[in-house]
Amino acid sequence: MYSPQIILEAMLNGLMTGAVYALIALGLTLIYGVLHIINFAHGALLTCAMFAVWVAWAWLGMDPYLAIPILVPLMFALGYGLQRFVIGPASHGDDGNILLVTLGLSIILENVLLATFQSDTRTLDTDYSFQVVPVGPLLLSTPRLIGLVAAVVVTALLWLVLNRTDTGKAIRAVAKEKLGANLVGIDVPHIYAVTFGIGCACLAVAACLLMPTFYVNPRIGNVFVLVAFTVVVLGGMGSIPGALLGGLFIGVVESLCGLYLGDSLGQIGIFLIFIAVLLVRPTGLFGAKA
Amino acid sequence: MLAVESLSKRFGGLLAVNRASLAVPQGAIIGLIGPNGAGKTTLFSMISGFVPPTEGRVRFEGADITGEEPHKRAQRGIGRTFQIVQPFAGLTVCENIAVGAYLRHARRADAIARAREVAARVGLGGDLDKSASGLTVAGRKRLELARALATEPKLLLLDEVLAGLNPSEIRDIIPVIRGIRDEGVTILMIEHVMQAVMNLCEHVYVLAQGCMIAEGPPAKVCADAHVIEAYLGHGAAARLQAEEAGHA
Amino acid sequence: MTARDILSIAVLIALAALVPLATSASTVLNFLVFMLIIALGAQGWNILGGFGGQFSFGHAAFFGTGAYATAILQLRYGINAWVGLGAAVVAGAAVGWVIGFLSFRSGLRGSYFALVTLAFAEVLRILANAAGFTGGAAGLLIKLDVRPENLQFENRAVFYWVVLGFVGAVLLLTRWIQRSRFGAQLVAVRENEDAAKALGVDSLRVKLRAITLSAGITALAGCLYAQYFLYIDANIAYGTWISIEFLLAPIIGGVGTVFGPVAGALTLHGLGELTKAFAGRIPGIDLIVFGTVLVLAIAFAPGGILGLLGRLRAKGAGLLPTGSKEVSHAGR
Repeated sequence: MYSPQIILEAMLNGLMTGAVYALIALGLTLIYGVLHIINFAHGALLTCAMFAVWVAWAWLGMDPYLAIPILVPLMFALGYGLQRFVIGPASHGDDGNILLVTLGLSIILENVLLATFQSDTRTLDTDYSFQVVPVGPLLLSTPRLIGLVAAVVVTALLWLVLNRTDTGKAIRAVAKEKLGANLVGIDVPHIYAVTFGIGCACLAVAACLLMPTFYVNPRIGNVFVLVAFTVVVLGGMGSIPGALLGGLFIGVVESLCGLYLGDSLGQIGIFLIFIAVLLVRPTGLFGAKA
Repeated sequence: MLAVESLSKRFGGLLAVNRASLAVPQGAIIGLIGPNGAGKTTLFSMISGFVPPTEGRVRFEGADITGEEPHKRAQRGIGRTFQIVQPFAGLTVCENIAVGAYLRHARRADAIARAREVAARVGLGGDLDKSASGLTVAGRKRLELARALATEPKLLLLDEVLAGLNPSEIRDIIPVIRGIRDEGVTILMIEHVMQAVMNLCEHVYVLAQGCMIAEGPPAKVCADAHVIEAYLGHGAAARLQAEEAGHA
Repeated sequence: MTARDILSIAVLIALAALVPLATSASTVLNFLVFMLIIALGAQGWNILGGFGGQFSFGHAAFFGTGAYATAILQLRYGINAWVGLGAAVVAGAAVGWVIGFLSFRSGLRGSYFALVTLAFAEVLRILANAAGFTGGAAGLLIKLDVRPENLQFENRAVFYWVVLGFVGAVLLLTRWIQRSRFGAQLVAVRENEDAAKALGVDSLRVKLRAITLSAGITALAGCLYAQYFLYIDANIAYGTWISIEFLLAPIIGGVGTVFGPVAGALTLHGLGELTKAFAGRIPGIDLIVFGTVLVLAIAFAPGGILGLLGRLRAKGAGLLPTGSKEVSHAGR
């Protein structure tokens, strides 16, 4: 029905979109893997990051890619602070409460953004927003291709941090056995906050990569967060490689669904997969035990 | 009443229970003892339906219940307590027991009345309106017992119901257990407290490393060399005998 | 259920019924009707989430089904609005049963259950947005034909009384459940599912009953919404906003209590209106307040408003309550 070229293009587009999903999911899966919480505020935090990129561009003329080194520490700090001083204390350690606190946070963040920026959709323009790179017979969007590469790089970096640094070891220790880690002297609330911060830092990178080709409004995070959940559940809660592979897979699924079913139904494939995975194998393809 | 036939349970590479068989005649108090990690609670979980066996059958009153869900077994009349007590933390003692009573009584008034009766039986009559989470360890054990009793079981599986109790509490609860049997409830109990086992049980099964290694009246079983070795290690039986010979 | 229970609920409803006599401003009545519809849906959520302990983040699935069911039956099949009401409840309950069966059979609990309900609601939203017979992105407009047979009333106060009547009925139903075997079993499953099973409770069946009932009640709220505001689209019917409303109200008011959802809906929306009165120019300010109240409630008052009132009353009486007539529970 469709020529191989069109299908290939859809798949490559899906991979590039999926790369961003993977980046967003990375933070979510890390937070789940270590804190064992489902962070409902993830989408709102992404929106915050995206607005930050836009503001940096609109008020300071800063290029989104150049904003990465500035936004990453900022978002890390925000995540650290939120976990250390809001989420941790408010939830008294109860999982059900954490769910609700992150939900409350997401409502607050989203609407603060709404109050500050109104509901208008905003975009930013860069010289390379519409550049394309010829790959064989296809023309691929440069910034989105950069996004794909960056996602793989960030995943690798994250893996390195977790497996080769002391902090990473501490994080893995807390993820596996909180009490034991505490007993050997690891400051668990600090590690929790660091993990949350890293999760938000990943969002910062995702935001910088998205903005050249995408738009932002206060509700945009919601769109991404459900997809991110799907990626995390599919790839396995707490699995870094799972988040990358899951993200790419979901991106391709969405693209192909959009091709065959039209845009309005495009996302339905994702949620059906989500439901199916939850019902059949909630620990995901690579996941640790839930 | 209860027949366990060659029950086995494999968790991945670990064979937790290896072809264990036992029989519980009606009206008896039967003990199941063995060192820690022997697989006793796993065996209980298979009998009560929480863990599906890898092999073997469980028969209750002649019927094969091997595949049945826990709540169905409770409806048949198999009650169980948990080794790690599981109270309904947010409810009062009375409400806790009432959940059990509701199995046989649909009306609230009846269930509450029955709950009060059972509570008095086990000595919780004065604590009915206390929150379950506010009870002492001994209180929670009694609550476990009361809840299971409220379902009017024919067979009661007690999993270390005496663990964590001090000697006077143990002394107080032994007649309660005997009283339950005297009212017609058959009892199969996992226990570590030997004093209770010797006192209550007519027949004892010994499980070690997943296998039944001995059975018989308590006194005979405790003198059995295999049993002693299971608890105290290889060669312990011979050493003990030598010591006794030396003293005589 | 004692005579005292029935009396206290009846008195409350009677008092509430007097409100429209004090004002006929349509904005006020709109607000009140809307708030009651939220309260009704929240009562539905509370049965599954409060008593059952299964937090659904996708109750929009039932709300929307109720709304669309009644709208489609009236618009495309000319069915009477009152019959449509009954059909909406049945449709919602059916959807609830299906979602419950799939989720509970797979053993989903806690956060996983919340996620899967969110996903189901989202799937329905996408489908409703795309399908022809739900009006697609344009939505559905119920024909304005103001006659009582059509569940449309000249005087808005009448609609208010209709919704109030349903709220009162569900209050009675909730109280009855609380004192019934089903209620005790449901709460037992919430507290400790394994222990409940060991006591003979068929936890799957109990949870299914709870979700079916919960869905039916929330679908009723959806139907009433459609009937009053006469316009729905996929985002109104199945959007996350309504799922959030239905879980916020019971949690703020006192999850697992009879009056919690109503108290919560009243407080939240009253607070919202107050906020808008002072700072109305700022978009989303009322939601910021909602989110903040949620976080504060979890942090300091997990039993919600009713929990707070209970503690204050006990402090006033000089002792802390040990029993539980209405036990409030934060989600477990």
